Amino acid sequence: MRGLDLDYMLELVPVILGYVPLTLGMAAAGMGLALILASLLAVERVFRIRWLDWAVVLFISFFRGTPLLVQLFLFYYGLPQVLSFLTSIDGITAAIMGLTLHFSAYMAETIRAAILGVDRSQWEASQSIGMTQLQMMRRIILPQATRVAAPTLVNYFIDMIKGTSLAFALGVTEMMGAAQKEAAGSFLYFEAFLVVALIYWAMVELLSQGQKRLETYLNKAYER
Amino acid sequence: MISIRGLHKSFNGAAVLDGIDLDITPGERVVIIGPSGTGKSTLLRCLNFLDQPDAGRITIGDVTLDAARAKRAEILALRRRSAFVFQNYALFANKTAQENIMEALITVQGRPKAEAEARALEVLAETGLALKAGSYPASLSGGQQQRVGIGRAMAIGAELMLFDEPTSALDPEWVGEVLDLMRRVAAREQTMLIVTHEMQFAREIADRVIFMHGGKIVEEGAPDQIFGAPQDLRLQRFLSRLSS
Repeated sequence: MRGLDLDYMLELVPVILGYVPLTLGMAAAGMGLALILASLLAVERVFRIRWLDWAVVLFISFFRGTPLLVQLFLFYYGLPQVLSFLTSIDGITAAIMGLTLHFSAYMAETIRAAILGVDRSQWEASQSIGMTQLQMMRRIILPQATRVAAPTLVNYFIDMIKGTSLAFALGVTEMMGAAQKEAAGSFLYFEAFLVVALIYWAMVELLSQGQKRLETYLNKAYER
Repeated sequence: MISIRGLHKSFNGAAVLDGIDLDITPGERVVIIGPSGTGKSTLLRCLNFLDQPDAGRITIGDVTLDAARAKRAEILALRRRSAFVFQNYALFANKTAQENIMEALITVQGRPKAEAEARALEVLAETGLALKAGSYPASLSGGQQQRVGIGRAMAIGAELMLFDEPTSALDPEWVGEVLDLMRRVAAREQTMLIVTHEMQFAREIADRVIFMHGGKIVEEGAPDQIFGAPQDLRLQRFLSRLSS
């Protein structure tokens, strides 16, 4: 039994913090792309476009049904062996790709449920004034679905931030990779990983505060 | 001119509209009465294509459409010739009272935003809700929401206004203000087709009353005739149940 080396931990904090932009950057890129892809998938699932529906169902099923780490390895180590144009793919890109596809599958289901949860009267009122389907989705249904889906989507964003640590397994030096390297030199594994854990925790807590504000903002129109 | 010929609609094999023929002249106010489940609301919903009729021809103004072969563009065109007032108000929950009225003007009619804003304020003033322009539906009473709903339909300037039991979901205290607004709409020669259970109101506002039963128009005529000297046995029974 030995005491915590606090000095070492304090030294390590700025080093690990230096990798926060990379972590947040990967998560933000993944989230942005996943939101777009998930919205498209969700709208397809709501309208069930004939020859597309089975492909979307299969996509969602696969990416929800397999672990993120397996998917990342498949993209980074596996696919380049089959598709030669992917040989130059770097770890960060592969990680963002993997996070996007993986989380879009989950988020599509959230968004689909939120769309279907919008009251029937809202669809009918839009139709009755002669809106096209696109106008109805864009101006009435999706804004209302956003409010319902937002808390869950922020949770996925939090998950995604933590998920970026798996990029470490693709050889990317992000927060986790940096801590691993530091610890390999100092042998203070507990301290190094504790610092990483605390920094993740702090980031997620900050985000949760933002989540509360976002919910208050989105609920403004619906208060009595 | 509004003309309906041979309108049929069934749900799961049960005929709800069983061959409706109806003509309405411009400015006419027609009230539909009848027991629950006889297709009154379905008739209105079919005219607006919220329910798709199985067969029949519908003409509203310059749009004529064969229900069985209606294309998407024709359906949109038909919907734009009428304005629907819903029993449950159906205001856009993410838009203020003013934005609710502006929505069709901007999105569907393509009018400039400033013009739509001004028109919406005008309509809100007529509905007595000028001070509620910035309020969201959730913060309005049922009566206020329905007045915005009627305002939204008025602003469109459609040939035909459809009212689907506009007071049925309201607490009794709000019914009066909604009926008052409908009287004001009627006073401008607006063509109206109204489904209601407010018989006193029907008698007062209607040029013609239609009694529906079993998906058919059984009897129609001036209010005095329908309420004062009903011919069909089913209409007599319906009216006597109401007065007892």
